[in-house]
Amino acid sequence: MPFHGHSKQKIKVKMNNFKQNKYGNEKQALLTGYLLVVFGIFISFFFGFGIDGDAVFKLSRPRDTFVLPNLVVPASEYNILVSFVLIFLGARIILRRMTSYSSLYLGAGLFLLVTCFLVWATAGKSFSLTGMMQATVIRATPIALAALAGILSERVAIINIGIEGMLLVGAFSGAVFGSLFGGIIGLIFAIIVGGLFGLLHALLVIKYRVDQIISGVAINILALGLTSFLTSSFLKTNPELNDAPIFRPIKIPFLSDIPVLGPTLFQQNFFVYGAIILVLTTTYYIFKTGVGLRLRAVGEHPKAADTLGVNVLSVRYINVSLAGMVAGFGGAWFTLGSVGRFDEAMTGGRGFIGLAAMIFGRWHPVGALMAALIFGFADSLQQKLAILRTPIPSEFLAMAPYIATIVFVAGLIGTARAPHAIGKPYIKE
Amino acid sequence: MRDYLKKKIISENFDFEEILLIPILATLLALIIGCLFLLATGETFENILVAFTNLFIGSFGSLNAISETCTAATPLIFAALGIALAFRAGLFNIGAEGQIIIGGMAAVIIGFSIDFLPIWLHLPLALLFGAIFGALYAAIAGWLKATTGAHEVISTIMLNLIALRLLDYFLRLPVIQKEGRNDPISKSVLETAQLPQILSFIEPQLRLHSGFILMLVAVVLVYWLLFHTTIGFEFRSTGSNPNAAQYAGIKASLTIILVMGIAGALAGLAGSNQIMGVLGRATPGFSASIGFDAIAVALLGRSHPIGVLFAGLLFGALIAGGRLMQVKAGVSIDLITIIQALIIVFIAAPLLVRNAVPWAFKTKDKS
Repeated sequence: MPFHGHSKQKIKVKMNNFKQNKYGNEKQALLTGYLLVVFGIFISFFFGFGIDGDAVFKLSRPRDTFVLPNLVVPASEYNILVSFVLIFLGARIILRRMTSYSSLYLGAGLFLLVTCFLVWATAGKSFSLTGMMQATVIRATPIALAALAGILSERVAIINIGIEGMLLVGAFSGAVFGSLFGGIIGLIFAIIVGGLFGLLHALLVIKYRVDQIISGVAINILALGLTSFLTSSFLKTNPELNDAPIFRPIKIPFLSDIPVLGPTLFQQNFFVYGAIILVLTTTYYIFKTGVGLRLRAVGEHPKAADTLGVNVLSVRYINVSLAGMVAGFGGAWFTLGSVGRFDEAMTGGRGFIGLAAMIFGRWHPVGALMAALIFGFADSLQQKLAILRTPIPSEFLAMAPYIATIVFVAGLIGTARAPHAIGKPYIKE
Repeated sequence: MRDYLKKKIISENFDFEEILLIPILATLLALIIGCLFLLATGETFENILVAFTNLFIGSFGSLNAISETCTAATPLIFAALGIALAFRAGLFNIGAEGQIIIGGMAAVIIGFSIDFLPIWLHLPLALLFGAIFGALYAAIAGWLKATTGAHEVISTIMLNLIALRLLDYFLRLPVIQKEGRNDPISKSVLETAQLPQILSFIEPQLRLHSGFILMLVAVVLVYWLLFHTTIGFEFRSTGSNPNAAQYAGIKASLTIILVMGIAGALAGLAGSNQIMGVLGRATPGFSASIGFDAIAVALLGRSHPIGVLFAGLLFGALIAGGRLMQVKAGVSIDLITIIQALIIVFIAAPLLVRNAVPWAFKTKDKS
C-alpha cells in the first residue's frame, strides 16, 4: 500500500500543490514583481547616482598560467541600467500576471542586486573576484558538511540540533590527535568522535526516547563543556597538543590553470574536495540506491517501511551515526583545514547555518550545497567589506543568512517541507 | 513528539517519584559522572574532594556564597519561567538567549540615556523596556508560527544568532559605545537605573540585588497566571491538546503569540537584571548562555514555577560554587557546563535514571 493512510482526495490536493509549486501561483508572482520593482528603485536610489569611477574586478593573479584582463565596470552606468531592467521586468510581471518562472526571476533579481552592491562597493577601487570566489568555496565547506549531516539525520526523521556540538568535538579531536599523530590520524579521530556523538544522539532519542530537540540541545552544551574543559585543563598548559598540521591546498593538474574557475574549485584543500565528493555520493546514496529508498521511507512513513520489513530503528541508528561522522569531518575543517589549533567555541554557529542550508536546499544534498555556497558568499563578502571600507556594517551581512532562513521557513518565498515523520519517535506496536 | 515530551516534562498530578525523586537522582548522577570524569582526566582523589567541597562552600558555605548563588540564579529563573510557560503551551522556546540580549540592550540604552528621571521612575522604565523588547523579539517567532506555521525552534535559533550580531553592531555604535574605548562595550547605566543591593547593609560587598525579589514576585505571578486564570487555562489546554482547545473556542494563534510574548518578556527581564543588577553595562558576551542554561532549569523544574525556582537556585549554586572550585582546586568551571548537560540528559531520559538506580523506585515507568 504505497499510499497508506492517504485518501484519494488528499492525493489530489497534493497534486494540485505540486502543480502550483512547479508553475508558481499568482500570489507569489505578484510578490516577485513587487520585489523586483523595489530592488530596482533601491538600486538606483542607493547605488546608482552619486558614485564615480569604474569598479575594477581582478580575475587573475599575476603568476597564473593564463592571465585574463581585469573586468572593468562603469559603476554608475551599470547600476542604473540594472535598476531599469529590474523595474521593467517587475512591472511586466505585475501587469501581465506572468505566473511562470517567478522563483527564477526572483533569483535573478537577487543576483543582480548583489552584483550592483559589489559594483557600488568597488567603484573607484579594485577587488579580486577570484580571491572572493575562492574564499566563498572555502567558507561554504563546513556549512555544506553540517547541512549534509543534517540531511542524513532528518531524512530518517530525526531532528539534529546537535550538529553544532558535533562540529565542535570534531574540531577538537582533529586538533589534539592531529598534533599527536599527524593530520590524517587526526582526521580519522575527528570522524570517529563525531560519529560517537551522533550515536549518542541516536541512542538518546531512539532507545531512551528523549525529545529530539532536547537531546540536540544537551549534546551542544555537552560538547561545549567537554571541549572547553579539556582546552583549559590540558591544551593551555601543553601547547604542543594544540599544534596540528594543516591540510595544504592540492592543485589539480591542468584544471587548476583554468582562469577564475581553477583557483575557485581546483586549488583547494582536501576538505573542499571531500565535501564535494560527499555531496555527490550522498545524493546517489539517498536517491539512487535501495538502501536510500528504505532510508527515505523510514523518514516519510516509518510504519509502512516497517511493514515492508525495513528495520526502522537500525536504519535510524546507522544514519544518525553517519551524520555525526560527516559533522566530525566538517568540524576537522576548523582546525586541520584552516588554522591548525583549537579555540573554545570556535565553530561559531556554523552548525546552525548548516541546518539553515539544509532547509534551503529542501533536504537535498545538492540544494544544500548551493545554499551553503550562498551563505559562504555572504560570509566571505563580510570579510571583504571591511577591506573595501563600505559604510554598511558587516554585522548586517552576517545576519542575512539567518533572516533569509526565517523568511524561507515562514513560506513567504518558496516552500520548505521536512520529511513527514520528522520528530516523532517510532514505537513498534 | 510533543505529547511525548509533555508526558515527561509536565505532570498534572503530584507524583513523588516523577516530580522529586528523578530530578534529585538526575542531579546526583550528573555530579557523580562529573567526579568520574575528573578522575579520568587524571585528577587526584584529594583534589576532587577539595573541588567538590569548595563547590559546596562557594555556593552555600557563607552569607557571601548564598548571595552569589541567588545572584546567579535570578536571571536563570526569570528566563526559565518563560521557557516553562512556553513548554506548558506546547512551544519550545530555544530563543531565550536572543531575547535576553535584546531585552538587556533595551535596558542598557534606557539606563544610560535618560538622566533626568528619579530612581523610582527610571528603574521601572528600564525594566519595562527590557521586558517589552524581549517580548516583541520573541513575539516574532510566535507570530510566524501562528500565521505561517514556521516551526518556532528554527525561527528562535535564527533569532538568537541575529540577536548576537545585532549586539555586536549596537556595541560599536558611537551613541552606545563607551567614550574613549575601541572594544565593543556600552556606556554604563546611571545610578538611577541600577537595581539597589539588598544585603549591602550587612556587608557592602554582597552583590545580591533587588532583582531577586522581583524574580520571586515573577514566580508567584507565573504560578497564578498558569493555574488560576483563564489565560493560563487556555495556555495549558493549547499545550495538552491543541485540537480540543480549538474546538473549545480558544484562539490558538493568539495564544501562541501571547505565550511567546510573555516568555520573551521574562527573558528580557532576565537580561535587564543582569545589566542593571550585576554588570552595569553590556559587553558582547553578557548573556553568558543564560538562555541555554535556562532550558535545563525549566526541564529540571518540570515546567512548574515552584520547581523552576528550586532548579534555578541549584544551577545558581553550581555557577557560584564553580567559581570558587576553579580558584581553590584548579578545576575549570567548564565542568559545571558538563554537569548541566548531563542533568538535561537524565531529566529528559528518566529511563536512564531508573536503569542506573533501580532500587530507588517503587513504581514502574508509566511512559
